Amino acid sequence: MAFSLTSEQSAELEQIVARYPVKQAACIPLLHLCQRANGNWISDEVILFVAEQLNLSPSHVTGVVSFYSLLNEKPPGKHQVWVCRTLSCALRGSEAILKHCEKRLGIKSGETTSDGNVTLRTAECLASCGSAPMLQIDEKYHENLTVERLDTLLESLRSEPKGTP
Amino acid sequence: MLNRTDLIIKSQDRTDGQSISEYIAAGGYGAAEKAFSMPREAVVNEVKAAHIRGRGGAGFDCGIKWGFMPQPGARPHYLVVNADEGEPGTFKDRKIMEQNPHLLIEGCIIGCYAIGAHACYIYVRHELHLAKERLWTAIEQAKDKGYLGKHPFGKSYPVDIWVHTGAGAYICGEETALLNSLEGKRGEPRLKPPFPAQAGAFDCPTSVNNVETVAAVTLALRSGGDAFSRMSLLHEFNDGGVRLFGVSGHVKRPGIYEAAVGLTLRELIYDLGGGILDDRPMIGVIPGGSSCPILLPSEIVDVPGDRRFEPFNGKSVLDLPMGVDTFRSIGTMLGTCCAIVLSDAADPVLACRNLMQFYKHESCGQCTPCREGCGWLDRLLEKIVAGTATMNELNLASEVASNIAGNTICAFGDGAAGPMLAFVQKFRASFEDYIQSGGSKQTRRLAL
Ligand SMILES: Cc1cc2nc3c(=O)[nH]c(=O)nc-3n(C[C@H](O)[C@H](O)[C@H](O)COP(=O)(O)O)c2cc1C
Ligand code: FES
Repeated sequence: MAFSLTSEQSAELEQIVARYPVKQAACIPLLHLCQRANGNWISDEVILFVAEQLNLSPSHVTGVVSFYSLLNEKPPGKHQVWVCRTLSCALRGSEAILKHCEKRLGIKSGETTSDGNVTLRTAECLASCGSAPMLQIDEKYHENLTVERLDTLLESLRSEPKGTP
Repeated sequence: MLNRTDLIIKSQDRTDGQSISEYIAAGGYGAAEKAFSMPREAVVNEVKAAHIRGRGGAGFDCGIKWGFMPQPGARPHYLVVNADEGEPGTFKDRKIMEQNPHLLIEGCIIGCYAIGAHACYIYVRHELHLAKERLWTAIEQAKDKGYLGKHPFGKSYPVDIWVHTGAGAYICGEETALLNSLEGKRGEPRLKPPFPAQAGAFDCPTSVNNVETVAAVTLALRSGGDAFSRMSLLHEFNDGGVRLFGVSGHVKRPGIYEAAVGLTLRELIYDLGGGILDDRPMIGVIPGGSSCPILLPSEIVDVPGDRRFEPFNGKSVLDLPMGVDTFRSIGTMLGTCCAIVLSDAADPVLACRNLMQFYKHESCGQCTPCREGCGWLDRLLEKIVAGTATMNELNLASEVASNIAGNTICAFGDGAAGPMLAFVQKFRASFEDYIQSGGSKQTRRLAL
């Protein structure tokens, strides 16, 4: 099925394009917009859509998507969890945080839970080194983590799809 | 000398972000208004007098960089702010954007005027959602007040500022990779020349400046360039003003602290950072982001033939004021001025491995020595840690690293090679122990 945007999203697209002297510069912001509208991943349909909107070749857009780690070439889980693994966090226990996530979710880093709810990954330094260890869940940082707080966080991810009052 | 200030971020604990009325009440946007009443060249001269050394890592003087911009002509000029903050250990620009966004926006307005630009893009790392939100809000507020848009401060010199976002790639912090990414391409660094001042964003004259550099421009215009420079203890080194110092790793109070340029590592780690966790001994400190070679506390300053170093020669490197040129003179770099501290609980071989995994993951793959070399170093370190490497392979690791340095389009290669060489040279015994005994004598951990 061809990919399309809602009229609200199309208005946002126009705003984005208007910021730059050349259309191509809207490529990454537009990919973000479409990714959000498409369940957090870039399908072939999205690539064709972006290429057409910005007068680019689909191969250019594919090349861009493959370069950046936050443009998903496959659908991730409903929630995305990134545990920072780089030195400042490692010095404050990120390895234990990652292991705990793996144990609790029953998956390895890079995998998605079988119910499609959570994708777990490691991240490189997220500019939060003074509040290590830390992780990012969807668009939010959780800093100065302890295993207890981590349990609460992971629990909140699990109960959410059932719907909260 | 410990000389704390609160000009860049008002308070370490403040997380709400300053409102525009609060910012204006404290003199905010006065510097931009002043700049708009001056000739363009006079603004650049004020910035030159401030001796703001680039806060993004390379330490190049901001005023000199702006002086390289051609006279405004037929082609538009651009100001591009580097907010891609991704250098491991670095978390200072985020603080400015989240806690004092107007200081940056005011600097962008001044910067556009100074370099003859009418458009500024702030390239923010995608993950920093709160920072982006605060910046967009600040831009809207400044527009409402008439500081931005068609007639800033009543002058017909239009200025627009936009937030642009990346999509996860450390290399996009490198200024020419950033420009490619801004243009909607893969973030691969460009060959220089041409330099951005000749052909940058959209092939037009461009200045790329770090967030903290641009924020410092506001302060320099507010106090006067020379007065700003003299706040520094390294005014003599043309390294002016105040800046943010970060400290992370095995310290009791990790965080971002603001002080006059010229703070020492000892002050940063022991006074501001509260000392080492559990009062352990420190085995090393990476002074300014992962690309800076590690220093040992036992290293001594020895820079003959320069009178400015006389007070420090013979002292520990921990007592040398932190500056761009002072740290270059002792074989490391100041980088982003965010230190990573290792206590004796940390295994230096594992620390080295952790960083090389980063470089392997982040190499953009464009240059063969970097792409192959970083992968090779990672595999050699894996073997060393597993206790299956030979002494020859340890020497090979240094050779591979030396071969990356200087053989790549951008400074990423040097950033990976320098730390590798320093770790092997300064912690040779630990590496050899892994080879001889499979690491049996090592702590084999990084966290306490
Ligand atoms: C691999 C690499 C990554 C970099 N990452 C950043 C970064 O995240 N932020 C930044 O301001 N500068 C970064 N730089 C430095 C920029 O190339 C450039 O020197 C800087 O943005 C110029 O601004 P300044 O003069 O104000 O420091 C990086 C350089 C390299 C080689
Ligand atoms: S190392 Fe984890 S946020 Fe910087």
